[in-house]
Amino acid sequence: MWFLTHPWLIPALPTLGFVVILLLGKRLLGPARAHWIAISLVAVAFVLALGTAGAWISHSDHDTPVTSEVAGYAHVDPKCSQVAASVAAEGEEAIAPVATAHTSEAGHGEAEGEAAEGGESMSQPVVRCASWWSNGDSQFNIGTMLDGQSVLMLVVVTLVSLLVHIYSSEYVKGDRRYTHFYAFLQLFTASMLFFVLAENTLQMIVGWELVGLCSFALIGHWWEEKPNSDAALKAFITNRVGDVGLLVGTIILFFSAGGTWNVIDINTRANTGRISHTALLVASCCLIAAVMSKSGQFVLHTWLPDAMAGPTPVSALIHAATMVVAGIYMVARLYPVFFHGLSIGGSSINLLAVVGAVTGLFGSLLAFVQKDIKKVLAYSTVSQLGFMVTALGVGAWTAALFHLFTHAFFKACLFLGAGSLSHAAGHSFNMVDDMGGLRKKMPTTFWTYVIATGALAGIFPLAGFWSKDEILAGTGGANDGVGTYYFALIMLLLAAFCTAAYMTRTIWYVFYNGEFKGDTHGHGDPHENGPRIAVPLVILATLGAVAGFANLPKKMLGIEMPESLALRFEHLVEPVGAFFPGHGVGFTHAEFNNLLAIGSLLVALAGVGIVYAFYWKGALRPLHGLAERNGMARLGKRILENKYYLDWLYTDVIVGFIKKPLAAATYWFNQNVIDGVVNGVGKTAVASAHIVYDQIDQGVVDGVVNGTATFATETGGGLSKTQSGRLQQYAVLFFAAAAVMAGVLVLAVK
Amino acid sequence: MLINQFLLLAAILFCIGVYGVLVRRNGVLVLMSIELILNAVNINLVAFGTQHDISGQVFALFVIAVAAAEVGVGLAMVLLLYRTRRSINIDELDELKG
Repeated sequence: MWFLTHPWLIPALPTLGFVVILLLGKRLLGPARAHWIAISLVAVAFVLALGTAGAWISHSDHDTPVTSEVAGYAHVDPKCSQVAASVAAEGEEAIAPVATAHTSEAGHGEAEGEAAEGGESMSQPVVRCASWWSNGDSQFNIGTMLDGQSVLMLVVVTLVSLLVHIYSSEYVKGDRRYTHFYAFLQLFTASMLFFVLAENTLQMIVGWELVGLCSFALIGHWWEEKPNSDAALKAFITNRVGDVGLLVGTIILFFSAGGTWNVIDINTRANTGRISHTALLVASCCLIAAVMSKSGQFVLHTWLPDAMAGPTPVSALIHAATMVVAGIYMVARLYPVFFHGLSIGGSSINLLAVVGAVTGLFGSLLAFVQKDIKKVLAYSTVSQLGFMVTALGVGAWTAALFHLFTHAFFKACLFLGAGSLSHAAGHSFNMVDDMGGLRKKMPTTFWTYVIATGALAGIFPLAGFWSKDEILAGTGGANDGVGTYYFALIMLLLAAFCTAAYMTRTIWYVFYNGEFKGDTHGHGDPHENGPRIAVPLVILATLGAVAGFANLPKKMLGIEMPESLALRFEHLVEPVGAFFPGHGVGFTHAEFNNLLAIGSLLVALAGVGIVYAFYWKGALRPLHGLAERNGMARLGKRILENKYYLDWLYTDVIVGFIKKPLAAATYWFNQNVIDGVVNGVGKTAVASAHIVYDQIDQGVVDGVVNGTATFATETGGGLSKTQSGRLQQYAVLFFAAAAVMAGVLVLAVK
Repeated sequence: MLINQFLLLAAILFCIGVYGVLVRRNGVLVLMSIELILNAVNINLVAFGTQHDISGQVFALFVIAVAAAEVGVGLAMVLLLYRTRRSINIDELDELKG
């Protein structure tokens, strides 16, 4: 239990590292050794995260299932959660479903018994908090919420962060801002862990903005070059667009949930019909805007490929494995809001699924025309995030989180592999012109890259196969799902085909394609990097290969999986209780579908096969140079090369419109209307001031002043004549005055 | 009444003193005229003193003592004036002119 009640230590360690490195790093260890502090602190954090995961596993595995929904709040501090407090006071009543449009139709109460009969054990999140500040009646807490989802992210973030820290000590060696780089890696790790552990939505916003700040700082790490600082600004500003949605959505939830920020309160109330459907719908639409910017969803994804201007380890950690999944994490965290708000259950289309599916397909198409290996991976990340968002949109919660989990490993591996290639091959990321033939020269990178590519493409039995298949099954297009999202299934299958194809294309350009074409700037032939780069690659590739076994289906091709292995991930991560959509509201898990699994595998293999035939064998002659001959193909290629003209839309159309006609119109309006009023007021003021000046100021006020002065001058002048300095004249005056006084006295006495 | 004569004498003496102070240019003579004024006052004090009690005459004695001191200071000033200016004509002393 100690691990579950003290997870705050995990973000505290890198925070300490940030402060120490920033303030003392150079002085304590010298300019190039800050990584020792950073690596050791993250390593301790990783060990703590593993301990927390172990504690969570023993916390969730009960010999006899806990079936009472009230038990789900047993470890929630009533101080933090209003619902937990009322559960402690009133018992079952507090979380009994309230019949509303979106719960009654599915017959919540009836099915609740069903869930209990099924022997499904409630998950018991552990929530601890301290008072942050209070304002009137509103209490603002800061604390930790530990459940399967946050434990999962604790392990992923600390592990990937640790490997990236180790990798960077070689990759960024000798950098002009080495200490600064490590300080920000530490701050990023701390902020991400803070976000993941957030107990309330306000805390989530703080973490969300902190990771955005670190992303900005690290993308612009080499800010001396203009494109890098431009990319950093673009990332930051694009994210601001979505952050507005996050703020509005959070505020709507706060008020509609009865004045609480607590995640469990919001989830329970959304899930039991205590928040109106309209409020949930508006809040979820606002929050989707935040997901679109942070998690790189169409049409706000444009910052993510540009963010590759940052150092490669940063891309691996922030822009592939952790920060960009913050949006997925947030949706998963507040899932009842989206599930009921968007009416995901029993439906066949909704905003979240559309955004995800469009991103999944269109992102993967863009990866085909890139020359820069990191850009390919960036679009791949965009596309894979689209998969996760689609999974959430179609109700496949576990599939989304499972894909997040496996994707973190193989995508980090691919990014670090790209960094390794560039590090060895003259610091260029242009795979078409500056790489090639590296298979024999860099065997470790080659093999890890191929394994991670296989995992990404979804080749059996690597990790991506399992998670991607779970998402495809979850769409319900081919079998029982939460809804029946045919369009999502078709778009994602096409995206899976594209993914396999563009990744194979990358392998051709980098590792085959004749001889090495680049220039190593006098470092001789490209050769394999040292262990600090190779070891993280091997670890991540291994995890990318085996992580899929964490959630094996119960039954596959007629073979029953052992009970202790099947659906382990789902059991540990997915919440069960009044704070999560249950079976009663149409939330089901799609079973593993043999046909679909084989179908998606064939699609992926087809993608690999076609590209293999095209590049390696030179087959498919009609396709070579198609873009030069066919107008349609040329148009398509041009659209892709211009990234669907989205950047053009943003910079030229929107910004251009604001800059030119709108600015001119505003300027005219400003000059003629607003300034007219201001000038009119000004002119009136000047004119009346003249009148006041002439008449009142000059005449009356100055008249009085001058009159006083003149009077004083003249009396003074007159009196000064008496000041002759002659004693006898004074004496005359003196005696005369005395005589007059004496006369007056005599008269008065009479 | 006997006192009237004393008062008239004092008034005449006072007027002579005032005349001397106002018109004489010689500093020593101005001082002497001041003595006349003081003595006119003394006569008044003594005259009234005979009507009431002895305090008027005692007060006259005090005035004589203070007048002696005053003349001492006045003559010292006139002496210094003569040393710096070689003249005791008070018409020339108009440095206090405003």
